[in-house]
Amino acid sequence: MPEILVYVDHVDGAVRKPTLELLTLARGIGEPVAVALGDGAADTAATLAEHGATRVLVHEAPEYAAYLVVPKVDALHAAYEAISPAAVLVPSSAEGKEIAARTALRIGSGVITDAVDVAAGGSGPVAEQSAFAASYTTTSRVTRGTPVITVKPNSAAVEPAPAAGAVEALDVTFSAQATGTKVIARTPRESTGRPELTEAAIVVAGGRGTVGDFTAVEALADELGAAVGASRAAVDAGWYPHSHQVGQTGKSVSPQLYVAAGISGAVQHRAGMQTSQTIVAVNKDPEAPIFDLADFGVVGDLFDVVPQLTKEIDARKG
Amino acid sequence: MKIVVCVKYVPDATGDRKFADDLTVDRDDVDGLLSELDEYAVEQALRIAEEADETEVTALTVGPEDAKDALRKALSMGADKAIHVEDDGLHGTDVIGTSLVLAKAIAKAGYDLVISGMASTDGAMGVVPALLAERLGVPQATLLSEVGVEGGLVTGRRDGDAASERLEARLPAVVSVTDQSGEARYPSFKGIMAAKKKPVETWDLSDLDIEAGSVGLEHAWTAVDSAADRPARTAGTVVTDEGEGGRQLAAFLAGQKFI
Repeated sequence: MPEILVYVDHVDGAVRKPTLELLTLARGIGEPVAVALGDGAADTAATLAEHGATRVLVHEAPEYAAYLVVPKVDALHAAYEAISPAAVLVPSSAEGKEIAARTALRIGSGVITDAVDVAAGGSGPVAEQSAFAASYTTTSRVTRGTPVITVKPNSAAVEPAPAAGAVEALDVTFSAQATGTKVIARTPRESTGRPELTEAAIVVAGGRGTVGDFTAVEALADELGAAVGASRAAVDAGWYPHSHQVGQTGKSVSPQLYVAAGISGAVQHRAGMQTSQTIVAVNKDPEAPIFDLADFGVVGDLFDVVPQLTKEIDARKG
Repeated sequence: MKIVVCVKYVPDATGDRKFADDLTVDRDDVDGLLSELDEYAVEQALRIAEEADETEVTALTVGPEDAKDALRKALSMGADKAIHVEDDGLHGTDVIGTSLVLAKAIAKAGYDLVISGMASTDGAMGVVPALLAERLGVPQATLLSEVGVEGGLVTGRRDGDAASERLEARLPAVVSVTDQSGEARYPSFKGIMAAKKKPVETWDLSDLDIEAGSVGLEHAWTAVDSAADRPARTAGTVVTDEGEGGRQLAAFLAGQKFI
């Protein structure tokens, strides 16, 4: 079986869910070899082994936190040289895509970003992508070099698949460019206690109809264990932080359930959520385009409907 | 200081975008325009230029004849001059090839600072700025929601998933800015008239010493094998709230096993 290099996204050793999804996809095309960098890298090994990593290459150095992107490119490049994998998979975060693209260029390979599936094909891995605000589905291949593919969150199930997960030290020599962009301060995002928007199984999102009051949206999200999203209109009005924006210029989400409250469903917004498995909507305007996508819609005031829904879910939980 | 701002001519995102027969982006059936996200790049280039002495802002695009429209928009917003890289051999070039052409053009134009948008609104990969930094061998300070240049340093704020970071890099550098960086200005009537007189240079592949075999659809390092229309989502049940809307929605969710 060919080895597939999987770049690990982790926070101080806690592996983020999209990486575990990558391991599932990697097992479909070969044997996953994980590469984990920075503080806590070695602590990722147990989780990665549980999900199918046969080897875990680790390297800890202060450069990964002190400088932007390039030290990680140097390391992924070194891991590529060390194991000559059949493909390289990277989570599709903003940083992941930059790391993947620069690495691909260095190794003379083509790069595909934002895949929603990766499967074995006759001439190498085939990546499925959504195009033009998710109105098209495409299949693509890398035709030169070793395929480098970034994969969006929620593209595969997380599956336990115990493997050796042998920890090996990765030898990394930083390039002259590694220290080019200094990170002079870092402010961690305040934890809301809710799941990460792009990774969540359920997203409850509010729009113009909230008129700035997200209390009902947040209460429903907490009842469902969901992440909170917001439309561009709500973010532009300053009602909710940009980090929660769903749409063309915000996050693109594909949860199992998307609840749109007071969101009209303009094309800008649909681009970021229409691949959700089930969509339900609450809106005062019966003509709102969101109802064309919704599996179940309620024409009504979200300040009546959403709290009643939250209360009912709570009652059903008993 | 020389600022090169990279802009892309894209099909209008509100139109009915599709793929052409060769699976490249169809550019005939939907009107094109300057990518909305690149307006933020032009805006920041102009703001930086306004704060600094003797700064020249050059708008650069790679694309077909019509792509001149994107350059005109940048010029009417206030860029000083423009460069259009146009060549029949460029059709179907992928992101690796595009970054090669842009990097060669940027080097030929001369630069202290390269600014681009966070992604195009058609391909939406968002990796061209990182590739430019890799090719030019200069620092990348990308996805900035706040940017400033002073004393040969570019600084800015990058909002990531887990943290917000303050970045600092020495010029020359490549920067990309997000849609949070500041509202883009509308071209004034005066700006639109002045743009007509501003110089637009046209370069082809030979001007950039790029061999035809390194760009274009046939030589791309990736291939699109199929593009299928996603079946439109069909509208489901819509009820009007008459006091039971929330409970009806809960019943639906319970039926789908969400609760």
